[in-house]
Amino acid sequence: MTQYNKPLPKAQPETDYYWEKAKEHELWLRHCNDCDSTYFYPRDICPHCFSRNSSWIQASGKGTVHTFAIVHKAPHPSFRDDVPYIVAIIDLDEGARMATNLVEVEPDPEKISIGMNVQVTFDDVTDEISLPKFKPV
Amino acid sequence: MTNLSKTAAIVGVAESDEIGDVPNKSALQHHAEAAYNALEDAGLSMKDVDGLLTAGFSTLTTAEYFGIQPSFTDGTSIGGSSFVVHIAHAIAAINAGYCEVALITHGETGRNNRSDRPMDPRRVAPQFEAPYGILHAPVNYSMAANRYMHQYGEERTRQALAEIAVSTRKWARMNPKAMMKDKPMSFNDYHQSRWVSWPFHLFDCCVVTDAGAAVVITSAERAKDMKKEPVSILGVAEGHDHDMISQMPDLTRSIARETGPKALKMAGLTHDDMDLTMIYDSFTYTVLVTLESLGYCAAGEGPDFVADQRTAPGGDFPLNTNGGGLSYTHPGMYGIFTIVEAVRQLRGETGDRQVDNCKTALANGTGGSLSSTGTVILSTN
Repeated sequence: MTQYNKPLPKAQPETDYYWEKAKEHELWLRHCNDCDSTYFYPRDICPHCFSRNSSWIQASGKGTVHTFAIVHKAPHPSFRDDVPYIVAIIDLDEGARMATNLVEVEPDPEKISIGMNVQVTFDDVTDEISLPKFKPV
Repeated sequence: MTNLSKTAAIVGVAESDEIGDVPNKSALQHHAEAAYNALEDAGLSMKDVDGLLTAGFSTLTTAEYFGIQPSFTDGTSIGGSSFVVHIAHAIAAINAGYCEVALITHGETGRNNRSDRPMDPRRVAPQFEAPYGILHAPVNYSMAANRYMHQYGEERTRQALAEIAVSTRKWARMNPKAMMKDKPMSFNDYHQSRWVSWPFHLFDCCVVTDAGAAVVITSAERAKDMKKEPVSILGVAEGHDHDMISQMPDLTRSIARETGPKALKMAGLTHDDMDLTMIYDSFTYTVLVTLESLGYCAAGEGPDFVADQRTAPGGDFPLNTNGGGLSYTHPGMYGIFTIVEAVRQLRGETGDRQVDNCKTALANGTGGSLSSTGTVILSTN
């Protein structure tokens, strides 16, 4: 593997399970057992009701595009070879919202629509990190 | 809550000596020059300052540079809105007796010496947004703008963004300090400009400059003895509702929906009373979403509100008369410059671009990824 220069996440005590599961190509989210909400990003205490009664659930990996943009000017030198690329925010079926890239679709506003159905796919960017990305269903 | 309306006033405003493309000065120099100039504008000196506020730097750094030991210090740093929010904190501190003369300073060298802050990969956005190339304002704000287009119509939104870019450039042509003073922009220029992050053209995005500014505030009582007529602070409010763009509750409504009405209520005024509106325009879309959020018009009606160059010189809604972040200056956190221009307009100091009979103004700063806002209502006495 050639050297990967883009920003990489560093798993933290509250998020290590998320990244560990991503490496196994599974998307896991935190769920609050008190207010029954699923939220993103992973943290121990629920941001909706501040309860500590939360646990991990496996997400379906299905969702819809909440919005997207097509980046033409790389915001960091490590993305220069990637432009144009698609950034997006996904409404997961479980109710949480997360940022990602859309892949396996042309970076053309005519080919992408807000509300379109997408499915998670994993990009093994290093031996340690797999990034959840999304592709059209 | 005690209503602090009219208990304090702005008595000095200034930019640093040179703004725009200034390769030979540090960010702290811009802070210091702006402070010097704003205190001179007020008829005060640095030894009068006992309250110090800034963002970007710690007040430890600015106070040491200025050679003062403030009794009130505030380093609230929530992006470009910080300096408007500092006004709220300054008037609270003045009324509580923590200080008498509050100095808010800003200085950044976004153009010539942009700090390439190394990202700490343990923090939240570096884990969940940066790995996707979701970095920096154009990427973040363009995603919000596309959601707006989806909800309210792509064509009319595009026209609104063009109207804002073109009208703001017209104002900049009347400001000797504006980066784009000598560069006219037509609608065609706007539409032909390259993509930065679709749906944003280059001309949807602010300029990038080196600049500083400062604001001096004191009690209404002491303000009477200053060099110039004081500008009264009628209302002010602050708020934020997310950090990362992906966690913004509604990409088409900023927290100005709270800070606008609160500041107006404190002032006892309505939108119709405003002779001038200054809105932080990091992007054309920031203006559109903020006008609606502040309550100047209903959600989705912004494109009608700004139609037909209504916000340009000669139009009936003067907006961003300094040329804004889009065409005047934007060193990184532009919010303080909305206050500088509002005060100058209220004093009648703005020459060719002076708004007739300008007695009341609203200034709104936005920070982060549409994350925070500060709104202030100012008036002549």
